[in-house]
Amino acid sequence: MNTDGRHGGVNVIEAHGLRKDFTVRVRKGLLRRERRDVAAVDGVDLAVQRGELLGYLGPNGAGKSTTLKMLTGVLHPSGGRVSVCGLTPVPQRILLARRIGVVFGQRSQLWWDLPLRDSYELLRHIYRVPAAEHAARLRRCRDLLELDPFLDTPVRQLSLGQRMRGELTAALLHGPEVLFLDEPTIGLDVVSKQAVRGFLAELGQTGDTTIVLTTHDLADIERLCRRIVVIDHGRVVHDGGIDALHARYGSQRRVTVDFDTAPAALPDLPGVHLEATTGPRLTFTLDNSASVGTLISTLTTLGSLRDLSVTEPEIEEVIARLYRSEGRAPSPRFP
Amino acid sequence: MAEPAAASTAAIYRRLVAAQVRSQLSYRVSFVLDLVSNVVFLGADLLTVLVVFHRVPVLAGFSLADTLLVFGLASLGFSLAELIVGSIDHMQRHVRTGLLDAVLIRPLGVLWQLLVLDVGLRRVGRVCSGLVLLAIAVRLAEVAVTPANLLLLVITPVVGAVFFGAVFVATATVAFWWVDSGELSAALTHGGRDFTSYPMTVFGGWFRRLFAFGLGFGFIAYYPALILLDRPDPLGAPAWLGWCGPLLAAAAATLAGLIWRTGVRHYRSTGS
Repeated sequence: MNTDGRHGGVNVIEAHGLRKDFTVRVRKGLLRRERRDVAAVDGVDLAVQRGELLGYLGPNGAGKSTTLKMLTGVLHPSGGRVSVCGLTPVPQRILLARRIGVVFGQRSQLWWDLPLRDSYELLRHIYRVPAAEHAARLRRCRDLLELDPFLDTPVRQLSLGQRMRGELTAALLHGPEVLFLDEPTIGLDVVSKQAVRGFLAELGQTGDTTIVLTTHDLADIERLCRRIVVIDHGRVVHDGGIDALHARYGSQRRVTVDFDTAPAALPDLPGVHLEATTGPRLTFTLDNSASVGTLISTLTTLGSLRDLSVTEPEIEEVIARLYRSEGRAPSPRFP
Repeated sequence: MAEPAAASTAAIYRRLVAAQVRSQLSYRVSFVLDLVSNVVFLGADLLTVLVVFHRVPVLAGFSLADTLLVFGLASLGFSLAELIVGSIDHMQRHVRTGLLDAVLIRPLGVLWQLLVLDVGLRRVGRVCSGLVLLAIAVRLAEVAVTPANLLLLVITPVVGAVFFGAVFVATATVAFWWVDSGELSAALTHGGRDFTSYPMTVFGGWFRRLFAFGLGFGFIAYYPALILLDRPDPLGAPAWLGWCGPLLAAAAATLAGLIWRTGVRHYRSTGS
């Protein structure tokens, strides 16, 4: 095995023109049905290096989960090539299964009616992990994810947050090279989210485990991922850093000012737009080129300011803008 | 990577079954109730046979004891299959809940994992009552104790289990293509059991031929029972048909395996 991802420089995940068509049957009249092919994933190119922590984003139905299922060997691609750890996922499913870990946020790998500890013991046998290795990995997860208080509790009695920490551990005990996480923080409370994020950040830092994460929670992305891939309608619409995304989609800072009384005139500066007026409160959005300082000094000449705040661009807004623009126009493809 | 030893794979499945036992015993009362109700179920079927013979001493050439032997062989085979493979009926649910996906990302075979993770141990009750019933029938029908008969008494329920198991798997797989396939599945599994539970002389022409030979259900209990009872077939079939069960079971299992593989392949290419 010399083509696997263990050797530096080689991509752990590679996909070229990956696509997945689903056949949808549409009822036409009483008996007639029309078959239509719908592309859930429509030519995705992806290269992920060992140790990367990649955020995979997209609106509902964009093809995130379908991509993940093709990468993990659950679904057979309709077209294109895919390799994970140097293996072709579907025909080499069992070999691949030993080298990847998968957490589906909405379904469980654990034994519902048994203590959490028992699930880990069963998984140790399923994955044929040597006892010492298994114990060492479990020890680390127990410490970092604070599993000890509920290790002997049946899984069905765990809170969602506890269960998710349990799921993460379950996916890691065989020492996977790649960890796929499908919405790992969905439905978690703030504390559990932070615990999961902190753990993933630490795992990502060691550089041994490649992590691919799909999420709707953009805080996950900001906290964890240097690189994000955004897909919409089955196509990659962005692949790069968060900064690049802000720059490209014209992220706007926002300045909100409260006057004592509504000003008679408005500032007219390049790159500054009035977004809203509610009584004496004005909200401006600023393009990247515009200066907050100039705006504020102009505003002080228009009336007496009571309060003022500057908001940095939010990734949420950028992504929303991205989805909207992609939804309407044909997608600009990134190289 | 070396091919994992079959023995250690078996050990993994043993652990998984043990885990299932522990899981289901964690609901002790419910487990006991299920167990009891499963025994009662078989009792109800048995009652039908007894009611019929209360009215007529001989049914289509077979006495009560003869019929009980056929009934016992069929229900032991069926309940064994139901115990081990019956949960595959939940195929649609496995797809919907994502258990199928969860199983696909583990380094073990898909079908066996699904069976083991969903095995309904309360059905042990039916197997036990099937065993008791068969033992009683063997006494009542005065089956001669010969090595050949003993062998046939052991292999026939196993053949029945494999054959019914194959039917369970094959019909459940149809659910990959045809969502509402439950009726077909029930017709073939429970219909097949009802057919095999009686001497097939009870049934009429084309229906008998379809189930006995077309679908193979005649070889599960009726022909072996004729050998055990040491009597010729009133319908004129040669006695050696009673020994053909293993061949049939092997063929059925192979066919079911192929259908299953095709079904999983279909799922992996359509996602539904």
